[in-house]
Amino acid sequence: MKNLVLLFSLLFSTFISFSQEGTSSNVLEVKKIPSVQLKDIDGKSVNTAELGFKGPVVISFWATWCSPCKRELNTIHDLYTDWKTETGVNLVAVSIDDEKTKNQVPVYVDGKGWDYLVLMDVNGDFKRAMGVNNVPHTFLLDTNGNIVYSHNNYAPGDEDKLFEEIKKLSAK
Amino acid sequence: MIKKIFFSFFFLTSFIAYNQTNGANISGNIESTFQYLRADSLIGANLPPEKGLLNSYMNAFYTQGGFKAGMRIESYMPHINGYPDRFDGTGLGMRYIGFVNEKLDVTLGNFYEQFGAGLLFRAYEDRALGYDNAMDGMRLIVRPVKGVILKSVYGNQRQDFKSGVVVRSTGIVRGIDGEIHINELVKSLAEKKFDMTLGASFVSKYQKDDNDLLKLPENVGSYGARAKLRYGKLTFDAEYAVKENDPSSDNKNIYNTGHAALFNIGYSKKGFGFSLSGKSVDNMSFRSDRNQSLQVDLINYLPSMNKTHTYNLVASLYPYATQLNGEIAYQTEIVYTIPKGSKLGGTYGTTINGNFSTAYQPLQHTSTIKSSDSTGIAYVGKPFDKSNNLYWQDINFSISRKFTKSFNLILSYFDIKLNNDVAKVTEEAKGIITSHIGVIEAGYKINKNHSIRIELQELITNKGDSRDKGDWATAVLEYNFKSNWFFGVMDQYNYSNPEKDLQIHYVIGTVGYVEGSSRFTVSVGRQRAGLFCVGGVCRNVPASNGLTFSFTQSF
Repeated sequence: MKNLVLLFSLLFSTFISFSQEGTSSNVLEVKKIPSVQLKDIDGKSVNTAELGFKGPVVISFWATWCSPCKRELNTIHDLYTDWKTETGVNLVAVSIDDEKTKNQVPVYVDGKGWDYLVLMDVNGDFKRAMGVNNVPHTFLLDTNGNIVYSHNNYAPGDEDKLFEEIKKLSAK
Repeated sequence: MIKKIFFSFFFLTSFIAYNQTNGANISGNIESTFQYLRADSLIGANLPPEKGLLNSYMNAFYTQGGFKAGMRIESYMPHINGYPDRFDGTGLGMRYIGFVNEKLDVTLGNFYEQFGAGLLFRAYEDRALGYDNAMDGMRLIVRPVKGVILKSVYGNQRQDFKSGVVVRSTGIVRGIDGEIHINELVKSLAEKKFDMTLGASFVSKYQKDDNDLLKLPENVGSYGARAKLRYGKLTFDAEYAVKENDPSSDNKNIYNTGHAALFNIGYSKKGFGFSLSGKSVDNMSFRSDRNQSLQVDLINYLPSMNKTHTYNLVASLYPYATQLNGEIAYQTEIVYTIPKGSKLGGTYGTTINGNFSTAYQPLQHTSTIKSSDSTGIAYVGKPFDKSNNLYWQDINFSISRKFTKSFNLILSYFDIKLNNDVAKVTEEAKGIITSHIGVIEAGYKINKNHSIRIELQELITNKGDSRDKGDWATAVLEYNFKSNWFFGVMDQYNYSNPEKDLQIHYVIGTVGYVEGSSRFTVSVGRQRAGLFCVGGVCRNVPASNGLTFSFTQSF
């Protein structure tokens, strides 16, 4: 009798795990974006797991003291309007500037006229959670918040590759 | 036996099923740096007895539903050139478990945290610098209603990493912090132009009185308040903190209370940004061990008020770090973009950037202090009461312009004065070192797969006692291929060193390969001695000659 109960429970649990595989598979293969409480440059709280955008999202880690980061974001800035209308993408620029340089973030962002959502990761909590070693580090999220592409470093031309990946998402 | 197998299988499948419903997530990163060095007597580079040096660490973070856990293994076999000697061996450098939901965040074990601007408390890491003062204890964050955050921390600090084991501070650190964002708390104010955030914290440390001669306070309290006001695009931030008497080796055992004050005024609109900041610090070194120095056991963080420069000669020869015992500093920064399409702005717009920062010694009034005084109070210091003794001054400008889709140019000029008697960076100069630096940077995208970047830098120091190593010229050439490959050469030429033998070239070549979140770099050549700084924290890196291989991976 005992064995029978065990056998049933075993079958049942296997069944559950199988049936779930059909609906929410690849849980560990596709990485979700971690939830960290940050503030935007206006001081408003933002949960990184609930950014509230409809289309694909690009998350780009940068700092005011990082020249390649600024090169990347300034290059995308010139293309951003086209990218948005074509694919519905939004870019979130996460500044890892700490207390020393964080006051220069709004000066630079507005001075350059960026239209991105800019988040402040003053003590590196989000950077750590995302496993970022050094900046620039760019992630692309699909509409479900899964990380589908990432790139560390910036060289001119990387923006073209990123845009191709974004287009793949919006074509789906 | 069969039962056991059944049971374990049952648990395994249920565990998998459970994982899938709750979305288990693992993330982390690896970084490894290997050095193989040679002796180079000319530049004072020593051959380490082991010849090969290796730093590595790996972080792994696990979350599932509200549960979180994480760890880091670190390894120094032995540590790379210039990394703090307090790191050796292989072992667990960090670990924690915890629980998070909308209103609650509990962490047991290690954590990093910051209260306000960090004037009273900041547990922070920067692995590149070997800076890590992680707390080990308990942290509780409560968000009872939207707009209110309460934090409490309790624990020891990470002090050293010896033979693969973390050595904790003897002192205990505990603190609470509260912050209210009025416009999130009161719904009717949500969309108002006027926005206000208020906060306050209390931090205290305990360390046994281990001194036979002095009666030392075992519990040292500190408290502070802050406000962040915004009206449209105009912002005003201020924070003030006080630390009770805390005799230490930093302040030569005086019983003064200390203070730190910060303010920032900012205004920005599309195409224009401006900020003005001020800082006053007096006797504010705060450590969980009163006998420590450098970056060991620091509880708080006193940000230095100057720009973090990126060009090699500007960033690494004469950088400035906050004087913990006291300084008064100001900084202003302006960014303006001449609109694109205008006659001056060109097709893509032209950006002008100006920055000015300065730091002075604070005045210490001693006229009211009697010589018979036994309170241990050495002087009276007032906020923003500065003397004429200059510690630091930096005036810099840059103009950047994109001429075509594929060509851009940046011109920069820096005028830097550093008081080497106070903020010592070199043994070869006295008084104030004045340096003038000019930089030309050009980038050209040849086509989709090829691009180059060139930097030409020149640094000239004033003649006399503060000439230091004389003048330098640096050339940097970078070539990127297919966004995966990177080739770079940098030559730093110390052409007017007062010692003829040292008028030498420091040439270093780098090859890098990047694929997604993996990155490999190899550099070979001569590295001059200098300061390596990130975010205002610096470490002295001795000269070296050899090969460095590094690998980073995120997952």
